[in-house]
Amino acid sequence: MTHPSSSQLSDYLDGELSEEGRLTLEAHLTRCAECGEVLGELRRVLARAQALEDRPPHEDLWPGVAAAIGAAPGRRWRVSIPVPVLLAASVALMLFSGGAVALALKLTHEPRLAAAGPVASAATGATPVAVIPDDARGYDGAIRALQAEVDAGGGRLDSVTVRIVNEKLAMIDRAIADAERALAADPANSYLHGHLTQTRLRKLDLLRRAAALTRSVS
Amino acid sequence: MITTSTGSPALRTSDTLAADTDAVDAALAASGDAHAFERLYRRHVNRIHTLVRRMLGEEVEDVTQDVVIRAWQKLGTFRGESAFGTWLHRLAVNVILNHRAARGRWRKRFLEEPEAGLEVAGRSASPAGRLDFEAALERLPDGARQIFVLHDVEGYRHEEIAGMLGINPGTSKSQLHYARMALRRHLG
Repeated sequence: MTHPSSSQLSDYLDGELSEEGRLTLEAHLTRCAECGEVLGELRRVLARAQALEDRPPHEDLWPGVAAAIGAAPGRRWRVSIPVPVLLAASVALMLFSGGAVALALKLTHEPRLAAAGPVASAATGATPVAVIPDDARGYDGAIRALQAEVDAGGGRLDSVTVRIVNEKLAMIDRAIADAERALAADPANSYLHGHLTQTRLRKLDLLRRAAALTRSVS
Repeated sequence: MITTSTGSPALRTSDTLAADTDAVDAALAASGDAHAFERLYRRHVNRIHTLVRRMLGEEVEDVTQDVVIRAWQKLGTFRGESAFGTWLHRLAVNVILNHRAARGRWRKRFLEEPEAGLEVAGRSASPAGRLDFEAALERLPDGARQIFVLHDVEGYRHEEIAGMLGINPGTSKSQLHYARMALRRHLG
């Protein structure tokens, strides 16, 4: 019996054999345990490689980096968003607006959320960049109402679920704060406006899910 | 419905959010915000450091730092067409390969590689004991190790690797094969 070379087995593993080569090798594997064992080992090598985990540096490298780049607190921002990013953001904003419309339609089924005026106003397309304005009382009101409902019903959820929801909310709040800080320095940056809008909608969506969950276990 | 499983809609939110957070911090950093850049550094340094360690095995801290500094300098070229992590990873590979080329050892190591790769496998079978997989990987000759890392760990294709290293795809395949054959002795 002529065995395939180990490099052919390696190529087979990567799907790099021709159709004819693959069929020939597979036919051989049905009757050759030795080659099957080598192939199994190669598969395990690949699996181990893909399961390797990252390790941190032995020491924090940031001080050296900061010194090299001249990082200093209070440095003024110089915004220069590349044109392709702005174009991508404009496309994304169109999608956000569509999502906001869908969200607004869903909200009309919930009396307390139906007052989310700024979200619904996105349907008019009047403010294509900032779908949810910074001073959106309707949005904030919807958030407060949902948050209160989640807080009140949180006791009915198991602790793991509560912790996960709280972690995700904290993460979203940090992202919102970052985006708001960036916008304070560059109010005309449409990319950041789009990101802020999307992140706020995520918070709304997460709270809606959490509120629905508390209702489902009441 | 929110559940405690990692596959819940609520948890998938975090993945997208992480990518968006990177994009915002990259935009801020490109405008000169060092705090935003430090956040990017904190989120990605482990992956970059590990890539450098596996690819080079020496001067790891210096080269990792070099990658990060180059990233700061080149932030203006980040177009947002891919995830920031992907952009940074490709930049890191370029810095690593330039570092290797600058040391003038790349092609010499390639020529030595096939036999050396199998020697590593032989050493592991000695009574001194088996190496763990990561340690065995570090002991592979440079060329086989780097191609193994790029292909099997990082997921690059042979054609991409060949382009990055200035070799032909067949060489990439044969080096990968030697690395795999050497490492299969360290599966234990």
